[in-house]
Amino acid sequence: MLSIKRVPTVLSNYQEERAIELIGCGRNCLGKCCLPASELPLFAFKNDPRPKASSFGTDELPPDFFLNTLLLGQWEDRMNRGLFRYDVSACETKVIPGEHGFIAQLNEGRHLKKRPTEFRVDRVLQAFDPAKFNFTKVGQEEVLFRFEAAGGDKSLFDENAGVEAGNSPTVVAINVSPIEYGHVLLIPRVLDCLPQRIDNESFLLALRMAAEAGSPYFRLGYNSLGAFATINHLHFQAYYLAVPFPVEKAPTEKIPIAEGQSKGGVKVSRLMNYPVRGLVYEGGNNLKDLADVVANSCIWLQTNNVPFNVLISDSGRKVFLFPQCYAEKQALGEVSQELLETQVNPAVWEISGHIVLKRKKDYEEASEEYAWRLLAEVSLSEERFQEVKAHVLEAIGLVESKDEMIHRNEKTGTTLESAPTIPPTSFPEGCLILQ
Amino acid sequence: MLALTIPAIGRPVDDTLLPLPSPAEAMASCQRRLIEESLTARYTDWVAEALDDIQSCFLITDPGIAGHPIVFASRGFLAMSGYSMQEVLGRNGRIFQGPATNRQSVMEIREAIREERTLQVSLLNYRKDGTPHWILFHICPVFGADDGRVAHFVAVQVPIQRRSRCSRSSAEAMLGGTRGRLIGGCREEVRSDDLGCNPTVELFVDVDNRGLEAEESREASKQERELALDAANSILSTLTHYSKLTGRVVSGKRCIEAGFSAINSSLVMPLGRIKESFILTDPHLPNMPIVYASDEFLNLTGYSRHEILGQDCGFLNGPDTDVEVLDQVRQSIQAEHACTVRLLNYRKDRSSFWNLLHISPVRNASGKIAFYVSVQMEENAKNSSGLCLSAGMRQLGVVGAVKVAVRSLCISAGPSKPSS
Repeated sequence: MLSIKRVPTVLSNYQEERAIELIGCGRNCLGKCCLPASELPLFAFKNDPRPKASSFGTDELPPDFFLNTLLLGQWEDRMNRGLFRYDVSACETKVIPGEHGFIAQLNEGRHLKKRPTEFRVDRVLQAFDPAKFNFTKVGQEEVLFRFEAAGGDKSLFDENAGVEAGNSPTVVAINVSPIEYGHVLLIPRVLDCLPQRIDNESFLLALRMAAEAGSPYFRLGYNSLGAFATINHLHFQAYYLAVPFPVEKAPTEKIPIAEGQSKGGVKVSRLMNYPVRGLVYEGGNNLKDLADVVANSCIWLQTNNVPFNVLISDSGRKVFLFPQCYAEKQALGEVSQELLETQVNPAVWEISGHIVLKRKKDYEEASEEYAWRLLAEVSLSEERFQEVKAHVLEAIGLVESKDEMIHRNEKTGTTLESAPTIPPTSFPEGCLILQ
Repeated sequence: MLALTIPAIGRPVDDTLLPLPSPAEAMASCQRRLIEESLTARYTDWVAEALDDIQSCFLITDPGIAGHPIVFASRGFLAMSGYSMQEVLGRNGRIFQGPATNRQSVMEIREAIREERTLQVSLLNYRKDGTPHWILFHICPVFGADDGRVAHFVAVQVPIQRRSRCSRSSAEAMLGGTRGRLIGGCREEVRSDDLGCNPTVELFVDVDNRGLEAEESREASKQERELALDAANSILSTLTHYSKLTGRVVSGKRCIEAGFSAINSSLVMPLGRIKESFILTDPHLPNMPIVYASDEFLNLTGYSRHEILGQDCGFLNGPDTDVEVLDQVRQSIQAEHACTVRLLNYRKDRSSFWNLLHISPVRNASGKIAFYVSVQMEENAKNSSGLCLSAGMRQLGVVGAVKVAVRSLCISAGPSKPSS
């Protein structure tokens, strides 16, 4: 048999594209199969996105490019394409009358259709399970853009950037069950399949995104496993809501430090007059200082099986950390039936004061007293909080002074070194009950 | 990969490089004019002189102009801050904040502006030379009597003196540095009492900044609070007096029975930040009149704001506008859907342009449609931003920003406000 070899003629522009489509599983997903052949838009952020007051540069992106044009605009595009399970802008929202201004939203569609929780919640750290739902399985149309470091002093945008082989891009994807307009997920290095677990690098990325958005009304949040994270694949959430959250209005009190100094002089305070006890971090010489101090605090909590939630506020300048213990109470049957019936999951947004209610009755009757009672159930007891706080401070190299008097005694008499310190390993199994 | 190179609106552009004024440049000069005329249009040309006679530190800002810029700074303020008038005009008040400025206080100010109410708060501000100083910040809205909208904000700043006993300081400050601050405080008080020259200037010669940034907050005294209030009242009465000369009367209290109010001025601020051509129309009024128009829309069409507010969009159409496309738009609005069309429109001078038009419903906090937003992109126009972004992407960015602004505004106007 005779044959010749020849290069086939390209008859249509679609020929090659079709060939690309055949690469991967054919669903155009975010997995290793399809992502390397993708052309997702890329936003590359400059070295330090904190705006400088005197910056007059002309070769800068417009200040609203990232938040308005890219994030909200592309979110609107996905809404027009019908990718969301409901139109969140048609959900009623109000500020509950009262001193604190809790925000209530009536969302009757969210929980009925939400992806089911697949992971056990009695361990804060669990291994990544490729068999369960994770973000490599979502379609690329749900991704708004890649979010990566530009490695220079200029932000860049590329509408069709290829993913280099071996690269595991960080992506910003829509949350198809949004609780507010612009609700997205930040998924660090999606192909690396990191479990829901804070590390310094990923936390810095979340702070960068808040800084890049540059609006106090665009916040990021994190829920650990056991604190109402439902997917064990590292992700942060974020959305836009131009109302101050009650937690942002709550007074804080700087924790007096007897010894040590936090990295870059990051200030650690305690939340006052708020139903959930928590720590507040701000300051530092740069984003990395703040990110490291908070991340190290989180790392202590997760290593010691204490579930927690994190709110990144004020364009990445301020971070709230809430160790929590609702799951334990729920397991012990200590949560009142009335609260359980509302089926509100007190995750980071609820704790911050934005409460999503699924029953019209609850929404109409929502009072400040109810919100306070719900959130108070989430909080650690004062005793437990003190204990956890001491460990967290120790993890970031600080020792709290008990008060001025004790402080002076320590200076003159007993030294701090001789005081018995509890090693982290002796801490009980978090606040979870393993029944 | 594409590097983004855009001269932001309102920033100086080197015009020697450009043969024709770019859209960005035209916008910048438009912005400058708005700032210059902000006070004179409402209070006559003489108001500046009268305001200069008031011996206090204060700023006047205009929330109706994009970026909420400063439109007046008193001599006392300039002396205190070290800036010249030209350096502060057109800038936003946040340029005086610095690394140790309490973010909580900044948030309180932001909310007071948004809710259009008076606020007094202690604030650590920074002078031009970078030195920090504690002030009592007193902000109050000035309402137009005709439409009930905020015409301006007055921001009085009274320096807070150090006090030996009542200054609340953090634990470290108690252990270090207190002595130095006590001496500083005494010295200041003595000086201002003895020298009796212009106190508003003299008080700000505050050379001792040690430990100032470590101070958590500084409480203003009763006298300082009264001083701020008195200053605000005298500025307000000056503005009220001069506003009567133009007939565009202002008042410190909102007039409830205002007539046709386009939209809440606290919505104007977030909308003003959106640097694209768009309008809002109100579907609940007959003929869906325009209730908001961006500066870029006015620039594109050649109309001035008062010519089109309250009008329906018909004036954009002309003899060659496709009636079928107009019908398509009407049907989308009826069905409460978004739509994108290409339409021949006409400017005020009757020159025509191809308008890539996107219209979308905008819902309020109750989930009801409050407005329709129309975003206009002139086809083949030189993109003012220099970004190679599709018209569609830019349009959607505008829609997203408008949606969150409208939705959030209505939430805060909810029943939590004691006034309503």
